[in-house]
Amino acid sequence: MSTQRGSPVVDKEKKYDRQLRLWGDHGQAALEGSAVCLINAGALGTEILKNLCLPGVGAFTIVDGKKVTGEDVGNNFFLEKSSLGMSRGQAAMELLTEMNSDVKGDFIEESADQILETNPQFFKTFSIVIATELQERTLLDLDKLLWENNIPLLVCRSYGMLVYMRLVIQEHTVIESHPDNAFEDLRLDRPFPGLIKFANSLDLDHMSKQEHMHTPYLILLYKFLEKWKSEHQSQIPKNYKEKTAFKNLLRSGVLKNEEGVPLLEENFDEAVAATNSALVPTSIPSSVQEIFNDSCCTNLTSQSSNFWILAHAVKQFTENEGAGALPLRGSIPDMTADSERYIRLQNVYLDQAQQDYASVLGYVQQTLTSLGKPSDSIPEQDVKMFCRNASFLKLVRCRSLSDEYCSDKAKVSDIGMHLENPDSEMAVYVLLRAIDRFHSQYNRFPGDYDNEREADVHKLTSCVSNVIHEWGLHSTVKEELVQEMCRYGAAELHSVAAFLGGCAAQEVIKVITKQFVPVNNTFIYNAVTGASATFQL
Amino acid sequence: MEDSGSTDWPGRWKHIRRLLERSGPFAHPDFEGSPEILEFMLNNCKVLVIGAGGLGCEILKGLALSGFRNIDVIDMDTVDLSNLNRQFLFRMKDISRDKATVAAEFVNNRVPGCNVIPHFKKIQDYDPSFYRQFHIIICGLDSVIARRWMNGMVLSLLNYEDGVLDPSSIIPMIDGGTEGFKGNARVILPGMTACIDCTLDLFPPQVNFPMCTIAHTPRLPEHCIEYVKVFLWPQEKPFGENVGIDGDDPRHIQWIFEKAQDRADQFNIKGVTYRLTQGVVKRIIPAVASTNAVISAQCVTEAFKLASSCCNPLNNYMVFNDTDGLYTYTYEAEKKEDCPACSQVPQALSFKKDAVLQDLVDHLKNSASLQMREPGITATVNGKNKTLYMQSVEAIRKRTKENLPKRLSELGLTDGQELVVADVTTPNAVIFKLKYEV
Ligand SMILES: Nc1ncnc2c1ncn2[C@@H]1O[C@H](COP(=O)(O)OP(=O)(O)OP(=O)(O)O)[C@@H](O)[C@H]1O
Ligand SMILES: [Mg+2]
Ligand SMILES: [Zn+2]
Repeated sequence: MSTQRGSPVVDKEKKYDRQLRLWGDHGQAALEGSAVCLINAGALGTEILKNLCLPGVGAFTIVDGKKVTGEDVGNNFFLEKSSLGMSRGQAAMELLTEMNSDVKGDFIEESADQILETNPQFFKTFSIVIATELQERTLLDLDKLLWENNIPLLVCRSYGMLVYMRLVIQEHTVIESHPDNAFEDLRLDRPFPGLIKFANSLDLDHMSKQEHMHTPYLILLYKFLEKWKSEHQSQIPKNYKEKTAFKNLLRSGVLKNEEGVPLLEENFDEAVAATNSALVPTSIPSSVQEIFNDSCCTNLTSQSSNFWILAHAVKQFTENEGAGALPLRGSIPDMTADSERYIRLQNVYLDQAQQDYASVLGYVQQTLTSLGKPSDSIPEQDVKMFCRNASFLKLVRCRSLSDEYCSDKAKVSDIGMHLENPDSEMAVYVLLRAIDRFHSQYNRFPGDYDNEREADVHKLTSCVSNVIHEWGLHSTVKEELVQEMCRYGAAELHSVAAFLGGCAAQEVIKVITKQFVPVNNTFIYNAVTGASATFQL
Repeated sequence: MEDSGSTDWPGRWKHIRRLLERSGPFAHPDFEGSPEILEFMLNNCKVLVIGAGGLGCEILKGLALSGFRNIDVIDMDTVDLSNLNRQFLFRMKDISRDKATVAAEFVNNRVPGCNVIPHFKKIQDYDPSFYRQFHIIICGLDSVIARRWMNGMVLSLLNYEDGVLDPSSIIPMIDGGTEGFKGNARVILPGMTACIDCTLDLFPPQVNFPMCTIAHTPRLPEHCIEYVKVFLWPQEKPFGENVGIDGDDPRHIQWIFEKAQDRADQFNIKGVTYRLTQGVVKRIIPAVASTNAVISAQCVTEAFKLASSCCNPLNNYMVFNDTDGLYTYTYEAEKKEDCPACSQVPQALSFKKDAVLQDLVDHLKNSASLQMREPGITATVNGKNKTLYMQSVEAIRKRTKENLPKRLSELGLTDGQELVVADVTTPNAVIFKLKYEV
């Protein structure tokens, strides 16, 4: 099949090859099926869209009521000298879509304020809205509208050398979080029947040297643990001392030559190296436990999303067949072994995982029926994927901006605590809030004019105090930071905007693909020092 | 060259002027805001960008919009379809054209007055006189070897007088790297701060499957693919006598894929796919626009700071990861007192009296602080320059490989002997002093 516009499908595999290896064909399909809205095509806005157009977002619409100015062309790669005076949204849209013919671009030459007033329905058609260059009042109106309609909002700001990003999303659930260092799910502390049977079919004392050296270390661990348990009231090694003793027990199993010198057996070395991680008791990670305890999981309704229905089913599994454990993941790490026994061992794990999955599927079907839905309304493939990722499930709930900005719901004590550290990036947040206040009072940014810079330092300082006092706090921020803010005068440096352009695009991709874990909820980056921080505000 | 007046328009540099013309508390102590700084950047400052790939394209754009106009870019490669998901200066029509030229044309067209000069070359094709002309060098490379080579090059440009470093000979090198959603950016002041070789342990070791696994006990789909690559291809010569594997030729990948599938079936191994085959054969590193944008932006910000002193540079290493939330970590990588590349301290190599040349070669390759690839070793023996071993030139390798099992003493090497070692990881040979352990 080939598409109407753009490149034929076969090329897409190759064109997007480097990213398909990160989020897969299903992630790509989600991206291509999405539509994003960008408010304001300044340097920051177009950089975000650039990083969404390149990987092939389905469509974007720019909302921008401004005309292109000389300053705009100066720091924005997607505006040209020849676009001076044109609609900024249109000019940017044209140069952005020129990059990737798979992407559909659109623009509306109106400000966000105008649209909020005359056609608020407009915003409801998007997968996510990205807001840049907005004043506080508009932002809060937009937040209210999107929150009520359950549409994610990403607020981005690039100010001098500083960067701010805030994700507003009611609930975001992730099955494929792709953790960097996933621990293995080996169940050596509570071996399942298939593993026991396979291990018992192998006899270390009666096999050739070759076989001995190629016995998978999982089997070695299992067998020596059995031995250990038989000598230690059925307990596995727990503390450092016991684990050291256990490793010595393992080492004693290495074959020796005629002179009694131990041979080099890599599988035993691997077993010793894996001992500590393999002896961590199987458990349900606390983040998954929280998902199980969430009222969305315990009180399913016909409105419940598939995620919660699946979570509910897995929870039932852990309380019954699973006996306190999640469904087995079913994969094992590579290890020194002959092909035949490695593959058999792999299948032993796969078979158990398949059994666990079948039990979960039963619960899923039961639940669906009881909710009045067809019992096959969740594809089996999805149930499988859920089971495989059961220990990596993530739930992100961000607060609304209106809560954050409302003085009796603001996270005042957290803010105060962070401000006790004079180097905390929280000061940047406070200053940005103060700058908004400055803007609403004077209708310009501090440091806009050279000759008023000094006076602006005082004005901004008093805005800072007001913001802090309204929270009922007595903290302060460093004076240098106030001065530096007035130095910036709302300057938007291209490279600082581009930094956030990358970060923000990635957050959008996470929200759209439901893979990886979005930030919760405020990200601050300081390009002076290279330091960053995340706060839940 | 055009002067700034003819191409500029009102407001063009307004944003960066704020930082360049106003002093501030976070600027370098000697910094005094003035319009001359922008003039210097526009008219005098020369920046070299290495690589016009995922990072390089972004870096060029960033420099051009940050007040840099005299930019050179080196890249040895041509545009491939799989570049287009992030290398945004290239289009379908540019496929097979050389990256440096296409990138330079694009930036020069889009940003009036910008003068990017392309070099369709390898970094190794240029000598110190070329590199010396730049104020700042930014690397957007994809290999450790190339990074180490550039590192060696900027180090070789340093002037020491009576052991004291002449600061005017320092060319700051900014280095970026990405892999998937991870990346890092660092600022190197050669001779003063940690260099690439000071922190070799930061690079993940290359995964190489043991030959016996590939040949006899495959367990993973990757093992099957490697088997076809290493054993079947040279045996069956599917595309002719002297045709090596071309990872970009779909027929080659298809052949390897099918053969790997056969082998996998034979061992009941699951999971050999076309995509995996290509990934293993080409050692593909996953890449996405966003991470490249972030790391390149950081590199450009650092160039902007270094050229203007408007803020202190990054000190000196930043890591970035946005798989789970957004994470950055900044720290000061330490300069190693005895770094083989930047310490000025002659490197001693100690061996037992009965060590053979192979031991020496293995040490140069495997030592964590050296990690050479194909070391070529020469020494002056009895007043004559003698090549002891060299791998990179086939004829010399054949002639010298008989030396490998010989004892060092047998080869005429004495205690305190100087060994000159050349390798792809450095533009200049490294001198070692041989010591016999007593
Ligand atoms: N020694 C070198 N001399 C000149 N250019 C180099 C050298 N080594 C690497 N490069 C260039 O650095 C760039 C690295 O960028 P990148 O890895 O993003 O591109 P790529 O290799 O084309 O993409 P991919 O790795 O996805 O196939 C490449 O364009 C490559 O040609
Ligand atoms: Mg590459
Ligand atoms: Zn060094």
